[in-house]
Amino acid sequence: MSATNVLDLSASDAAAAIADGSLSSTELFEAYRARADGDRSAGDDGLNCFTWVASEAPPADSPGTLGGVPLAVKDLFCTEGVPSQSGSRILEGYEPPYTATAVSRLTDAGATLLAKTNQDEFAMGSSNENSGYGPVRNPWDRGRVPGGSSGGSAAAVAAGLAPWALGTDTGGSIRQPAALCGIVGLKPTYGSVSRYGMIAFASSLDQAGPLTRDVRDAALLFGQMTGRDDRDATSLQFPHAIELPTAERLDGVTLGVPDELTGEGIEAGVLESFRASLALAQELGASVREVRLPHAPHALAAYYVLAPAEASSNLARFDGVRYGMRTPDAEDLLDMYTSTRHDGFGAEVKRRIMLGTYALSSGYYDAYYGRAQRVRTKIADDFRAAFAEVDFIVTPTAPTIAFKLGEKTADPLSMYLNDFCTVPMSLAGIPAISIPSGLSDGLPVGLQIAGPAFSENKLLDAAHALETAIGFDGSSARV
Amino acid sequence: MARLARLALSEDEIEPMARELSAVLDHIATIGELDLDDVAPTSHVVEMTGALRADEPRPSLPREVALSQAPAVSDNGFLVPSPQA
Repeated sequence: MSATNVLDLSASDAAAAIADGSLSSTELFEAYRARADGDRSAGDDGLNCFTWVASEAPPADSPGTLGGVPLAVKDLFCTEGVPSQSGSRILEGYEPPYTATAVSRLTDAGATLLAKTNQDEFAMGSSNENSGYGPVRNPWDRGRVPGGSSGGSAAAVAAGLAPWALGTDTGGSIRQPAALCGIVGLKPTYGSVSRYGMIAFASSLDQAGPLTRDVRDAALLFGQMTGRDDRDATSLQFPHAIELPTAERLDGVTLGVPDELTGEGIEAGVLESFRASLALAQELGASVREVRLPHAPHALAAYYVLAPAEASSNLARFDGVRYGMRTPDAEDLLDMYTSTRHDGFGAEVKRRIMLGTYALSSGYYDAYYGRAQRVRTKIADDFRAAFAEVDFIVTPTAPTIAFKLGEKTADPLSMYLNDFCTVPMSLAGIPAISIPSGLSDGLPVGLQIAGPAFSENKLLDAAHALETAIGFDGSSARV
Repeated sequence: MARLARLALSEDEIEPMARELSAVLDHIATIGELDLDDVAPTSHVVEMTGALRADEPRPSLPREVALSQAPAVSDNGFLVPSPQA
């Protein structure tokens, strides 16, 4: 196979080609390694997708289910002996002594570690501009953001610099960058993938998942990640095996459209693409009806209490004692803590720590954290009621197409509003997938499909049928 | 609040931080409008049982590995400045 052919293969097709002997896993790895390395050494002329790239191909051995296909992994997954800084300068030089369960499950199944990907610092952001490694650029338009926080993973897959990638989603951090880069991103049911070895942001929301070129690749990768892990007490045994999707029709499927997430605040071009997808779904046999999610408009406010509260607690461990950097010449212990955290954390991380510390402080706990946890219950109840009437809920993934670098950095609240459509599903712990639904002004638009907990097989099937009918062409983003 | 969060903030960081946090807190205040008196707070989003594993001892990280990433070590421990200089 020629080098260009190799890079055009989906990950599933590459795995199949390795299994039948028509492609060598070493050849495939070298082809991607050269491209990833090229982006890393291109500086400002590249996309800045990667924080680390493997220096050589791993020894070829038994290919396993994932067939020796190279994998890019978001920086925040701990990888033994490989830099893992969660996009932060405070973890400068950190090379963990152990590997995250999600990553070791995939390498055990035959994936090979190609690169670590750039991200918003500690996964806090929707544009990848909050990274200690500098911003990632969108391969569709280098003057625009790729979304975040898994921006490096999304841009790398969209640009064809990696066949597939691992990301994490707390309030939309897989789905929103997948939408802005024109690829597929799945946030699984909370608990289906172990969080052990993921540098924590908000533990009750964080969930690992795949970013891929198509829905079949997402199913293949996700199927190898799931399972109970004794090292994460919130992890669950997924109730059934994940199957590769085959559906081409949506007969008997009911899609629910919530007015609360498909009206005000959504850009006209995004809504137009969304409505075209609904019409296509009906042509495939689906019925479409309105549903109510009355508390969904309050999800963002509840999220911006809960996620910073958990973050302020999780990030207390970065104090210059056990790992990462330390500001020298401190006067005493307290000065060492505060000056290390001042120098090591970026502006957005400091904002969230302050917000979370405030929300959890004595006298404010009930008004903020306690109240937000009650809103969360109402949001989960809304979804339960809706899923008694419909199979899936569909919305645009993000309210806008990719915005310009620097456009929203001065106004944190306008940045947070990017997660308006994705945060409700995160709070309810339910699975949701973003697939490309088309272009608006030449830039990708994402369609979000959400289902009840553990409905991933049906969700992937519905996404596959829609993806096939939409026929999105992402090839112009490949570099 | 910065002291509670163990964060040093310089003079020129305080004003923008206060302004940005006020805007976010104004948005968050909208959850105050809801009637939530009879609603239980969420403790876990997915029903699960059997979260406990067997309490069996197993090896932890060797001391030299645990110390290998620290900015400063001494006498088999983490070295930090004195609490009262």
